[in-house]
Amino acid sequence: MAGEAQSEGGLSFHPLQQFEVHPLFGEGPIHWYTITNATLWLLIAALAVIGVFAWGSSGRKIIPSRMQSVGELGYDFVHNMVVDVTGEDGAKYFPMIMTLFLTIAFSNMLGLLPGSFAPTSHVAVTAILGFGVFLFVTLLGFYKHGLHFLGLFWMTDSPLVLRPIIAIIELISYFVRPVSHSIRLAGNIMAGHAVMKVFAAFAPMILFSGIGILVTPVSVLAIAAIYALEVLVAFIQAYVFTILTCVYLKDALHPGH
Amino acid sequence: MTATTTTEAATEVAHEAAASGGMPQLDPTHFANQIFWLVVTLLVVFFVLKLVALPRIGGTLANRKGTIINDLAAAEELKQKAVAAEKAYQDALAQARVEAAKIVADAKAEIQGDLNKAIAKADAQIATKSAESAGRIDEIRAGAQEAINEVAKDTAKELVAALGGKADARSITAAVTARLKG
Repeated sequence: MAGEAQSEGGLSFHPLQQFEVHPLFGEGPIHWYTITNATLWLLIAALAVIGVFAWGSSGRKIIPSRMQSVGELGYDFVHNMVVDVTGEDGAKYFPMIMTLFLTIAFSNMLGLLPGSFAPTSHVAVTAILGFGVFLFVTLLGFYKHGLHFLGLFWMTDSPLVLRPIIAIIELISYFVRPVSHSIRLAGNIMAGHAVMKVFAAFAPMILFSGIGILVTPVSVLAIAAIYALEVLVAFIQAYVFTILTCVYLKDALHPGH
Repeated sequence: MTATTTTEAATEVAHEAAASGGMPQLDPTHFANQIFWLVVTLLVVFFVLKLVALPRIGGTLANRKGTIINDLAAAEELKQKAVAAEKAYQDALAQARVEAAKIVADAKAEIQGDLNKAIAKADAQIATKSAESAGRIDEIRAGAQEAINEVAKDTAKELVAALGGKADARSITAAVTARLKG
């Protein structure tokens, strides 16, 4: 593995190796049901969510325990977001949005553990999330408002001449939404992890070359700095994904602005 | 069958791509797997949250809000009670003060009365005593005058006798009385 095209002067660069999906037990092709490393970390994320929010809240204490407090903070955070962005009638969709936020946030955070796997760095995963949200809000919009939902694209407060043009632009931007929604998340997570891995590859330079006296400490510091940044990004991307979902949901519930 | 063959061909290509440094994210062989497990995860998380966690946390939060509101109301009530109790205490204190002042004034008046009475009595006694004393002094004074007269007569008689004269009592008395008056 370490040889081939990517090694130079004893350093081995495999920044993308961490994203490889392989079966957890044995070898062979990956069927739709095969348990892979991606599956493992998704299920760990699910278990962590259940641990914090279902098990942690089981005390129902008036003065919360630590775990209960974390669960309540998360609840309030997302609930306020949903109600602030979509209004009171959006509170119905709070469990769905909470599911999205927690799954993404926990996957992102757990993906930062050394040796783990970040499911959200895969476009296949985020595309399902992004297009799932897109389909849901579009169908919901038509279900709630029928053809009036198309009023989302017909700006009645702009000059009549411009309206068709604006409608086309709005329509395009509407269909680009799920793409940007999903690529943003996967891209951020993947890029951060890859950059860390590149710096990690430079870190053992001191073993092979004199310039390593300079390169190795810089790499190590850079890994620490980028790791801190990635912790921030892991949360912010989950937040951004969730709040955009809320915005799209608001469009579906109140297409007339 | 054809579909399987196509998939297998795609798998082959993708594996080559991955091996030659392509992005594992773009390898379609495990898309189905990832999507399946993602959906499973989302469903599990969704139902656990919707059926267990979120109602429970929401209930706890509402419960806590209720408790806090009740506690605040109870605290307000207790505060009112404390204020009322303080007012009652102050009232009682003021009343007690007034009563105490009244008692003090009464006592003072009573004492003053007794004192006046005692002073008057003492004055009366003093007056009686001094009148009595004055009488006695007058008596003593009168007695002294008489004694002096007696002594003077006796002395004069003795003197006259000693000088060899013979004096009758009447003329001596007259002479002494004249002298004493003089």
